[in-house]
Amino acid sequence: MATVEAVAGQMAHAHHDDRSFLRRYIFSTDHKMIGIQFLFACLFFLLVGGLLAMLIRWQVAFPGKPLPFGGIFPETMAPNGIILPEFYNALVTMHGTFMIFFAIMPLLVGVYANYLIPLKLGAPDMAFPRLNMMSFWLFVSSGIIMLASFFVEGGPSAAGWTVYAPLSAVPEYSGVSAGQQLWIVSIVFFAASSLLGSVNYITTVINMRAPGMTLFRMPLSIWSLFITAILALLAVPILAGALVMLLFDQTIGTTFFLPEHGGQPLLWQHLFWFFGHPEVYILILPAMGMVSDIIANGSRKPIFGYHSMVFAIAGIAFLGWIVWGHHMFQSGMNPLLGTSFMVSTMAIAVPTAIKVCNWLATMWRGNIQFHTPMLNATAFVAMFTVGGLSGIFMASNSLDIFIHDTYFIVAHIHYVLFGGSLFAIFAAIYFWYPKMFGRMMNETWGKVHFALTFVFYNLVFFPMHIIGIGGHMRRIYDPTQYTFMQPMQPMNRFITISAFLLFVSQIPFVINFFWSLFKGKKAEINPWRDNGLEWTVPSPPAHGNFEITPTVYRGPYEFSSPEVDEDFLPQTTPLNGDRRTAPEQVPGD
Amino acid sequence: MNWLPPALSTYAADIDRIFYVILVITGIIFVAVEVTLIVFMIKYRGREGRKAYYIEGNTKAEVIWTVTPAIIVLALAFASQDVWSRLKNPDRFPSDALTFSVEAKQFEWNFTYPGIDGVLGNGDDFTIRNQLHLPVGQPVVVHTSSIDVIHSFFIPVFRIKQDIVPGMVIPVWFEATETGEFELACAELCGLGHYRMRARVFVHSQEDFASWMAEQS
Repeated sequence: MATVEAVAGQMAHAHHDDRSFLRRYIFSTDHKMIGIQFLFACLFFLLVGGLLAMLIRWQVAFPGKPLPFGGIFPETMAPNGIILPEFYNALVTMHGTFMIFFAIMPLLVGVYANYLIPLKLGAPDMAFPRLNMMSFWLFVSSGIIMLASFFVEGGPSAAGWTVYAPLSAVPEYSGVSAGQQLWIVSIVFFAASSLLGSVNYITTVINMRAPGMTLFRMPLSIWSLFITAILALLAVPILAGALVMLLFDQTIGTTFFLPEHGGQPLLWQHLFWFFGHPEVYILILPAMGMVSDIIANGSRKPIFGYHSMVFAIAGIAFLGWIVWGHHMFQSGMNPLLGTSFMVSTMAIAVPTAIKVCNWLATMWRGNIQFHTPMLNATAFVAMFTVGGLSGIFMASNSLDIFIHDTYFIVAHIHYVLFGGSLFAIFAAIYFWYPKMFGRMMNETWGKVHFALTFVFYNLVFFPMHIIGIGGHMRRIYDPTQYTFMQPMQPMNRFITISAFLLFVSQIPFVINFFWSLFKGKKAEINPWRDNGLEWTVPSPPAHGNFEITPTVYRGPYEFSSPEVDEDFLPQTTPLNGDRRTAPEQVPGD
Repeated sequence: MNWLPPALSTYAADIDRIFYVILVITGIIFVAVEVTLIVFMIKYRGREGRKAYYIEGNTKAEVIWTVTPAIIVLALAFASQDVWSRLKNPDRFPSDALTFSVEAKQFEWNFTYPGIDGVLGNGDDFTIRNQLHLPVGQPVVVHTSSIDVIHSFFIPVFRIKQDIVPGMVIPVWFEATETGEFELACAELCGLGHYRMRARVFVHSQEDFASWMAEQS
């Protein structure tokens, strides 16, 4: 109860907003503004990652040909516009780094955990608003440090986003010294930011739910963000610790990962992937959760098998801790371990299949509304299925011998992280934009953006499966060096042209996003006729969110309930008899 | 149309078979999911005045789609296991193999051959850069090591790949089934020359190999 009273105290501030410009937009402690700040920062980093991908694709398709506009690069990167091998390795490294750490992960967690958790649970803000602000500014610092590494001597890290030692640990091996150190420092900042966020999300979910919001009345978006926060809390410190060891190896002469004095290069891989595999689920679970919300809304039906969806999220999160070795089948670790990691990896197919089947069953006999968020959410289901199935190829340790480190894995990760996570992010942006900014995005242009992205995305990444099966290695500066890869060059050029078109296809989104900020149709309180608590307050919600702490009477997916005439039933609407049965206290107290 | 490179080692066909089995199984699941999705999207598209069917779940259906994938993936794991252990477990390596060694460094492969006595470490060993010579129809074990960073020993036509880790000696085996010249690639990013860290693989007939070995030592 103490929490609720504290909440009520803070509500007094909700009515008059007399914060200065600086406190309101820059150093804000309001979770909504922090979520929006994360959104702008992450979209910028998404653009950076995308531009790097374009440079990579140019080089792979047209090795040795000068880049259009290549004159802007210095001699040390691309003399006369021709990309150097060391710069190519840096591009590959930084594309992965920006996309994973600065785009996908914070787009899911930084933006939507921040924005949605308090609003969907009926809380006025996060449990620790100042930590939340600090989390954002640590993230910005870490992004600036990472960008700065482009401008130091030797360029940015060129050891791959997994920065395998000894290549990453010894400057002579990679030709990069300061850039690699900045990479490490940046990711340590990032880890601190992520930790502060996780502590906040977990505390808020446990302690700040409105009366009646039992754990099993939480939307799946909140369940997945909650479990993701637990994963991040436990996994990210491992990365931070390993990175400090790597920094010591590079700067003060320790040899944790160097064999000369008894160190072990494989130790880096074990530590990295012990973080890295939970990280993969950090990058997909929130997407699954938000897509579940949007598919139920779009189908006008309750999510099929709500409880099994929650247990599937928890199951994937748990299994995520015991599968890291599948990244290391060919690494030289004991081959007996290859067997146990194969079995645990294969087991992940089970909760994943539950989720896909439940999404399909949610759409079964629905009344499906094809708004832009729903289109992107169905694309998530379709494309994530491909990514999930291609994972089975690599989970087979013996087949992995051949396809490990080929374009097959590149295709797989992009089907999961672009086809999966990024389509979910687009769905979420279109869906919650009206709440965030008080205006609707344009539906027609949203659909154009969706259709173009869906087509070109598949034209880019599907052929990568085929050249991967042909043995085409990843991270190869010039594929024409190998006779057996030369016949794949037409396919490489096709992929590259599709990639350019995919990049251009994002222009409608950018224009729509910024145009709608000022000129979009004014959003109603509940434009998608949804049941969540965030749709009971004005768009955008005031500082403090709720004028009166809401009471929750039911779960979030009561669409087309036979109890009411309308096809939705908000969580806060009491029906006859609800007043008596509604819990008086915050559950869990 | 053949996506996979030619299968030219004794176990290459086994790996390809696993590929095709998984391709068929995942292909069926892929088609089933995507067709279901599209049919539902058309059949249950929103119409004015219609209300969706209110249902929260069905335990029987959920048990079916939990148990079925579990059985499929366990079967796949079992099917993969034997090939894996045959290829990677040194206890199961062929006993009649020739033994070579390779030392990888940025960005070259130095193969050491045992000479005519057939034993590494005796005086007649010799080393050749970026050329792997071996006889057809004879198992070969290569002891891999690296003096700088991690490399990866990849011969696509043999379907073999093994990371080479500094500080470790990791054995790799294969047995070629056809003579000819093929390519060996480094498959692990190892620095700026990674893309050209390539070696040629010469598979000789047994007689040609014997005379080549005699010539070299």
